[in-house]
Amino acid sequence: MSDIPGQLRYTKNHEWVRLEVDGSATVGITDHAQELLGDIVFIELPETGKHVAGGTEVAVVESVKAAADVYAPLSGVVTEVNQAAADAPESVNETPYDAWLFRMSPDNAADFGALADAVAYRQMLGD
Amino acid sequence: MPFIPHTPEDVSAMLDAIGVGGIDNLFDEIPAGLLNGSLPNVPEALNEMQVARLMTERAEADGRYLSFLGAGAYEHHIPAAVWQLATRGEFYTSYTPYQAEASQGTLQLVYEWQSMMASLTGMDVSNASLYDGATAFAEAVLMAVRANRNEAHRVLVPSSLHPHYRATLKTIVGQHGIAVVEIPFDTESGRIDRDALEAAAAEPFAALAIAQPNFFGVLEEPDALTDWAHGKNALVIGVSNPMALALVKPAGEWGSAGADLACGDAQPFGIPLSGGGPYLGYLCCKQALVRQMPGRIVGATTDLDGRPGYTLTLQAREQHIRRAKATSNICTNQGLMVTASAIHLSLLGLKGLESAAAASHAGCRKLLEKLIAIPGVEPVFASPFFHEAVIRLPVPVAGVLEKLLQQKMLGGLDIVPYYPELGHALLVCVTETKTSDNLDQFSDALANAIKESPC
Repeated sequence: MSDIPGQLRYTKNHEWVRLEVDGSATVGITDHAQELLGDIVFIELPETGKHVAGGTEVAVVESVKAAADVYAPLSGVVTEVNQAAADAPESVNETPYDAWLFRMSPDNAADFGALADAVAYRQMLGD
Repeated sequence: MPFIPHTPEDVSAMLDAIGVGGIDNLFDEIPAGLLNGSLPNVPEALNEMQVARLMTERAEADGRYLSFLGAGAYEHHIPAAVWQLATRGEFYTSYTPYQAEASQGTLQLVYEWQSMMASLTGMDVSNASLYDGATAFAEAVLMAVRANRNEAHRVLVPSSLHPHYRATLKTIVGQHGIAVVEIPFDTESGRIDRDALEAAAAEPFAALAIAQPNFFGVLEEPDALTDWAHGKNALVIGVSNPMALALVKPAGEWGSAGADLACGDAQPFGIPLSGGGPYLGYLCCKQALVRQMPGRIVGATTDLDGRPGYTLTLQAREQHIRRAKATSNICTNQGLMVTASAIHLSLLGLKGLESAAAASHAGCRKLLEKLIAIPGVEPVFASPFFHEAVIRLPVPVAGVLEKLLQQKMLGGLDIVPYYPELGHALLVCVTETKTSDNLDQFSDALANAIKESPC
């Protein structure tokens, strides 16, 4: 059974989202996603300073058996990327909820509330 | 052995087992409107003797000419050992076996070829080859557009780059909504027109292509062009006859950072002219772009016992994993051509390559001197060149070539259809295969043909 922390929000594409005190949103991929992908070998991070619409592809996570797109969970501007995760892709396998991929400044903070909570995400997975 | 080993009994047993009336019924799912139906233009099968006769007739129809024709396909000496080895049973197959557990020899050979191409072009990575130089160029443009984060769907391509490469490029990238902006050449030097280039850069562009040498055989000044393009946040694609790279600075070393991509046709390395193909394209890039590389890449690794081994690598770029989002629809390479090309390069070595390239260049210089001594013949461009050059005749080119053909000579390419602005322009090429006598024969024959031509 996947680890699904209660304080985070989730998307159907298996991204997790954490709302920070400064109003920014931190994004990574879930434990379930990293498990399906297997050993991650490469991460292509988005460009900072760019406005992206929610649901568009912004990053790529590549494992030994697949390459998966990571989608922006919200509309907003990408403000920061986690170069440490790109430098050590295996960290996403080891600690998916620490090894975040990027941060964004959402256009509309209320969009965060519309994302699935842990209970809804667990239901999505059918766990 | 028959290509399909099943007897009619095998087939009916299998159809019975799955309860289907006939083989055609297996394709019922395909709507009738999509089926091709009969193929009236496909001739009846021929037996081996008939095929041998047909091929002999066709080969004889080609004839044997003293050739000064280059323009993208070059006649070089191929050591006898090249095809003797390439056609050994261990290598000779129409299919490239990629299974690491069964194909270490082939994989190592491809790896060595990649290493040699990367070192020749001054790049970090090479793929396992593409169909030909023109498709390799189109793939390089697609790579550059994907990789360039300025998101411009616009590339600058000199009109002095091979006309066939430009045509192929437009066919392929046109479907991707990428605009190909052609940059004219300076009519004095034959090089990229810098003013026109500057004007085209008013809007953002993803990449600048630089042909070195260009279609006219002229050597560009790629250092300044590369730094200029990088200053505009664009990538640089070097398109080269790889034989020239034995003498001139390779794309990976242009300017302060080097070009980002290098591509072209590796036909000059061990592949006969063969009426235009099969050849093999090469595509090399800097490490940063490797995940945008289309096609196969062979990597070196170690097995569980620590022994060296070879295997396909970075396959997540490819169709069978990334499906519609793969870097390319190309999922294969020119296996047999790579085999010959790798053997050719190994036999020549860098020294052999340098002397073949130097002899070609020296031959071209010598021929040019002879040709411009003919009354009315003049060089078109005043720039350094590799082993090809454009000359202008005092009379129409087509008639002159026809007269040379009657004397069993291919006098070069009439480039009037491609560049009418250059007048009676003829592109000639010399490789190390031509002797001093050959050069005299050609210049005498050309002088006579011009004399006999109506102005």
